[in-house]
Amino acid sequence: MKIRAVGLCLATLLICTCFPSAREAQQTGSSTSKQKAKESVYSEIGKAPEKARAQHNPLEKDPDAVAAGQILFEQRCAECHGDRAEGGKKGPSLRAAEIQTAEPGAIFWVLTNGVVRKGMPVWSKLPEPQRWQLVSFIQSLGAAPPKPETSPTSSAQPPAAKGAFLPRR
Amino acid sequence: MFIPKGLILVSVFLLATICFPCTTSAQENPYFVAYDHYLEEPGNLEIEYFSTFGTQRDGNDFHSFWTEFEYGVTAWWTTELYLDGQTTFGDSTIFTGIRWENRFRPLKREHFINPMLYVEYEHKSGADKILKEGEGHDVEADFLTPNARARRDIINEMELKLILSSTFKGWNFTENTLAAKDLSNSPWEFGYALGASRPLALKASAKRCTLCPQNFVAGVEMYGGLGDRYHFGLRDTSHYLAPVLGWNLPSGWTLRISPGFGLNDNSHQFLLRWGVSREISSFGSMVGRLFRGRP
Repeated sequence: MKIRAVGLCLATLLICTCFPSAREAQQTGSSTSKQKAKESVYSEIGKAPEKARAQHNPLEKDPDAVAAGQILFEQRCAECHGDRAEGGKKGPSLRAAEIQTAEPGAIFWVLTNGVVRKGMPVWSKLPEPQRWQLVSFIQSLGAAPPKPETSPTSSAQPPAAKGAFLPRR
Repeated sequence: MFIPKGLILVSVFLLATICFPCTTSAQENPYFVAYDHYLEEPGNLEIEYFSTFGTQRDGNDFHSFWTEFEYGVTAWWTTELYLDGQTTFGDSTIFTGIRWENRFRPLKREHFINPMLYVEYEHKSGADKILKEGEGHDVEADFLTPNARARRDIINEMELKLILSSTFKGWNFTENTLAAKDLSNSPWEFGYALGASRPLALKASAKRCTLCPQNFVAGVEMYGGLGDRYHFGLRDTSHYLAPVLGWNLPSGWTLRISPGFGLNDNSHQFLLRWGVSREISSFGSMVGRLFRGRP
């Protein structure tokens, strides 16, 4: 009985891990659905309420905000959005115009609320100043550099204009 | 050959963490009993080992332990498997059961109070001593039964929790209410857990560091039983107050420690808990690739 119960639980865990998460499943679909998924993630920016948009980045003039945000980005965001924020298997590029031209308050709002149904977790577990540091870093990136011919993580790729990336550990 | 069961659980934990070197830095809460409203990131697996040393009046002290596999299925659903065991000094070391837990986030966005639904199935023996929650009329004297006799009682239990958690000015406040039902003919039992915690610094450092204050989260939790359907209340219940400290290392490891103190005569006088966990990023994709093959 006990062995059967352990077996059942292990089988369930295996099934859960074998099937990709909802977000991943979406991305294994056609390129059209991929594009749609990305658009819908960007559309979250547009859903930020006026009050959130009007919020000012309190760390805008903090000289350390971008550097601290970069470390936070590597620890929390790079896994999905790519080492250079150019977009990864799970998350869209953060160098897209939709992000770079958005109000800091709107990006902060998306970070705080996540896009739970599309696979982006809620990041309100990071204290507010850390979320603003992330906003500072993301908006320091500027537009996406041209895509390299080889691997996107190739060392031949030039660093970002303003927010140069530190090497990953 | 005799192999201690505690050693098996530690080995399972170490083997699993060594096999999957791709880690990500976690921002874990420091609680042992209370839950907040944050779920595992989708596709990530967190492997955790927890240990509790407890004093026992009129009996032998004990050391209980469990290994936990926590997987983020989606951004709104996390599932966990627990393997539990305990050593009662001067008695024996035994495996005490398994638990399968699921937590669901019903709301899309962040609110001032964020609800979370929790459903758990437990298949455990009466010798279970992990004290992962306070429920019903559980009291210290229940632990006096020798392992050989206690393990003969098999308990199949469903446990439901409503987790209400808020984040305000860097603080996390959480309130959990629990209702548990032994699937045999036993009444519903109730319990609670409260928690408050805050990182030691709210701003992240611009330098990579292990000992930066933002990597430490300190707080306190309180938990206990609320009786059962027929005798609801604080009578014949146990309650604990425990300061908690968590240390999130940039390498993906999290360490936690918590001395707990019994608040009444029905409670163990002292509990010392500690835990170590490691988060493995994109575990789901890694396992998926094993079955799908590389493109």
